[in-house]
Amino acid sequence: MTRSADVLIVGAGIVGAACAFELAKAGLRVTVIEERFTSSGSTGASMGHVVVMDDSEAQFSLTRYSQVLWEELREELPPKVEFERCGTIWVAVDEEEMSEVRRKCDYYRARDVPAEILDPQALHEAEPHLRASLAGGLLVAGDSVIYPPAAASFLLEKAIALGASLQTGKSVVSLGKGNARLADRTTLSAGRLINAAGQFSPTLTPGIQVKPRKGHLVITDRYPDTVRHQLVELGYLKSAHALTSDSVAFNIQPRKTGQLLIGSSRQYDVEHNEVESAILSRMLQRAFEYLPAVATFSGIRIWTGFRPATPDKLPLIGPWLEDPTLYIATGHEGLGITTSLATGKLICAQILGQAPAIPPQPYLPSRQMVIETRVETHV
Amino acid sequence: MDSVAERSFDVAVIGAGPAGIAAAVAASESGARVALIDDNPAPGGQIWRGGANASHHPEAGRWLDQLSESGVIVMAGTRVFYAQNGALEAESDHSLCQLLYGKLILATGARELFLPFPGWTLPNVFGAGGLQALVKSGLPVKGKRVVVAGTGPLLLAVAAYLSERGADVLCICEQAPFHELRAFTLAMASFPRKLVEAAQLRFRCRRAPYLMSSWPVAAIGRDRLQSVQISDHHRVRQIQCDYLACGFHLVPNLELARALGCSVTDACVEVSELQETSQPGVYCAGEPTGIGGMELSIVEGQIAGYAAAGRIISAKQLLATRARYRKVVNAMKKAFALRPELATLAESDTLLCRCEDISFADARRYASWRAAKLHSRCGMGPCQGRVCGAAAEFLFGWTMDSSRPPIFPVRCSSLAAISSPASPASRLGGSQ
Amino acid sequence: MSETLTVRVNGTPVEVSAGSTVAVAVLLSTGVCRTSVSGQPRAPLCGMGTCFECRVEINGRIHQRSCQVLCEANMEINAHG
Repeated sequence: MTRSADVLIVGAGIVGAACAFELAKAGLRVTVIEERFTSSGSTGASMGHVVVMDDSEAQFSLTRYSQVLWEELREELPPKVEFERCGTIWVAVDEEEMSEVRRKCDYYRARDVPAEILDPQALHEAEPHLRASLAGGLLVAGDSVIYPPAAASFLLEKAIALGASLQTGKSVVSLGKGNARLADRTTLSAGRLINAAGQFSPTLTPGIQVKPRKGHLVITDRYPDTVRHQLVELGYLKSAHALTSDSVAFNIQPRKTGQLLIGSSRQYDVEHNEVESAILSRMLQRAFEYLPAVATFSGIRIWTGFRPATPDKLPLIGPWLEDPTLYIATGHEGLGITTSLATGKLICAQILGQAPAIPPQPYLPSRQMVIETRVETHV
Repeated sequence: MDSVAERSFDVAVIGAGPAGIAAAVAASESGARVALIDDNPAPGGQIWRGGANASHHPEAGRWLDQLSESGVIVMAGTRVFYAQNGALEAESDHSLCQLLYGKLILATGARELFLPFPGWTLPNVFGAGGLQALVKSGLPVKGKRVVVAGTGPLLLAVAAYLSERGADVLCICEQAPFHELRAFTLAMASFPRKLVEAAQLRFRCRRAPYLMSSWPVAAIGRDRLQSVQISDHHRVRQIQCDYLACGFHLVPNLELARALGCSVTDACVEVSELQETSQPGVYCAGEPTGIGGMELSIVEGQIAGYAAAGRIISAKQLLATRARYRKVVNAMKKAFALRPELATLAESDTLLCRCEDISFADARRYASWRAAKLHSRCGMGPCQGRVCGAAAEFLFGWTMDSSRPPIFPVRCSSLAAISSPASPASRLGGSQ
Repeated sequence: MSETLTVRVNGTPVEVSAGSTVAVAVLLSTGVCRTSVSGQPRAPLCGMGTCFECRVEINGRIHQRSCQVLCEANMEINAHG
């Protein structure tokens, strides 16, 4: 069968789009196959925070690299992407959290990420609507906010301008050995395949350990100049860490429209996308604890989304050892928007056999398979 | 956190227009505890807005009197924003309520269909029913030059109402062609009262020419409306005026039905012979089951009210009347079908979504309502797609199938106060 | 009803008949309720609370649908047209 493309990417979310962008720039013939429409999965539900995180060295490395890539791209981004370098403030409620602020500040500064400690006065000046008697915060000025569906579309449009093709409304039923078999019984073939199907990736590549982690978001009507930075509680990391229980964490984003996007919640083992009032209520009440004014704001829409989550909180970026044609680009949990560009670069380097800009080992899919093998031999 | 009043009813009726009022009165006749909930400041819905004095329909007075004499608890200024199993969350300006119900009757009525054309966003371009509602709410129109345009029986009612209040109705532009209107008139011959009523309406606005096969193609003005361009295929004429009252008939309000999971086909809620939807214990009456006018809404409301209260015999006694009036639904659908030219009025830069200022061209690029919302942001504003989505269904053939809560924008504190219902509502027969 | 009452729209007193909605008060004064996101003047459209074009600030609270709110004496209405 003649190859219809050099690379076939399954999934037109932001990760698939970033991969298409990089590979098309490198001169490869790229086809992107999408089951519904671009950004119809996690990307369309996501918050659009481009943020440097320090949960682990590997996470820092990937988010920092990707954040720099977003900065380099920002001049080209059209207005619909709504890129705003508003910065993040990590908010501390007590002295214990302030010592975490200090630790975080040292960590970022040691790695050339600008960070500034805010005392209660400075915090209030930066964000007057935060409640009184907070302990302070950490301002990371280089973080940004974007509108993810527009960003994914932009990346795809660039890829298409460089010769890539996009097919939407096409469902892939099996993926492997250079072939993607579609639900309409046709088969597409390519030298390389990329599974960028987010929460659906394990269906296409059995063995991938990715589970959907449900989140809720609420968006308000327009209240310009009420919040200026993305505001996140330090307890966010505890929420993101928890592997089994439901949790909420204060996370609020100002959109360029003046609307506020209120999050965040995490649940495992819930497959339906219905809004759940109990966790919604907890999430909103947490938000009111930090920003009391939000209680009076008009909420115009509530939705849910699923983050593709891995057991070790790092994404899967790299070759699938069982199949030399197959690459995996998924499992980004709550950092898919941030790390999409870096993912595209890493995948491109790996496919072309070039040296990636950051060490790829922590994200290799093979680490999951090693764990499986080890378990098997002990049985 | 806001405190939520938990209130339990045997039957909850949502929407206090003719269908809702009739349903509530019928349900309460046998002693059931009934609530009637509506967003507007007072019962009456659209057609009886302003109460008995503001309406020419003798039924308005009779039904509103029956309502006040019944034991129905009327909750005005109250909007339902969230639906769970057996419970609805409702917000009014100063309080929150969790409504527990044994049976639910949806009488959420309809709203006008607005279609985009150049200049439709100018101040003083109103809906047809919209201008009427504003006049009923105190707006003086004496001496104002008004063009009434669009389609549907509402145009005549609005023109008559405005004329009586001293407006200078310059013309009535109905997009339907003569042969359809004649066929409709013949179909209405089996409802002599309706024909008489139509004749009376026409008499009250007799000075205004009634133009058929005519539709607006542009509203002209800088900061507000100055004139309207009307086309009838052969020519476009420009009419200077103060107000344009323009609406293209009605579309059902389906948001609550959809949120409850009721089956909807062809933009109508599917109901059984006794007005029960696909969701057990949830009934639907009036325009959401098919646009059919006041008499049909009233009889459907009565059937639903009796059925919800367990009075099946009383409900079945009304089936023949409903069958008669049900014929109006298809007659109206046929007569006032939108001509294809109406889908071509918008220019590329004409706005489709008024909340977010999204142009017709920007929205049209997508293959579905969901994709258009996500990518163009059309429908992402506070009206939650009620204006642009209904237009898009006609313009692009999309279905507005993605509905997210809340059913209506409410304060975040109200969203935070949603809780799981503590106990199932009492069954009919018990008091609470 | 022959009673009237007075509200203020953008600081200017407006007399309306009792039972009038805030939308009517605005239409009788500036005629514009709000400015759209791209800067267009907007006024009520649907008259029944579903289109959200008639939003104004009433007694300090923004985003109020003026066609659904009855005028009360001395109401402060800000129509950001």
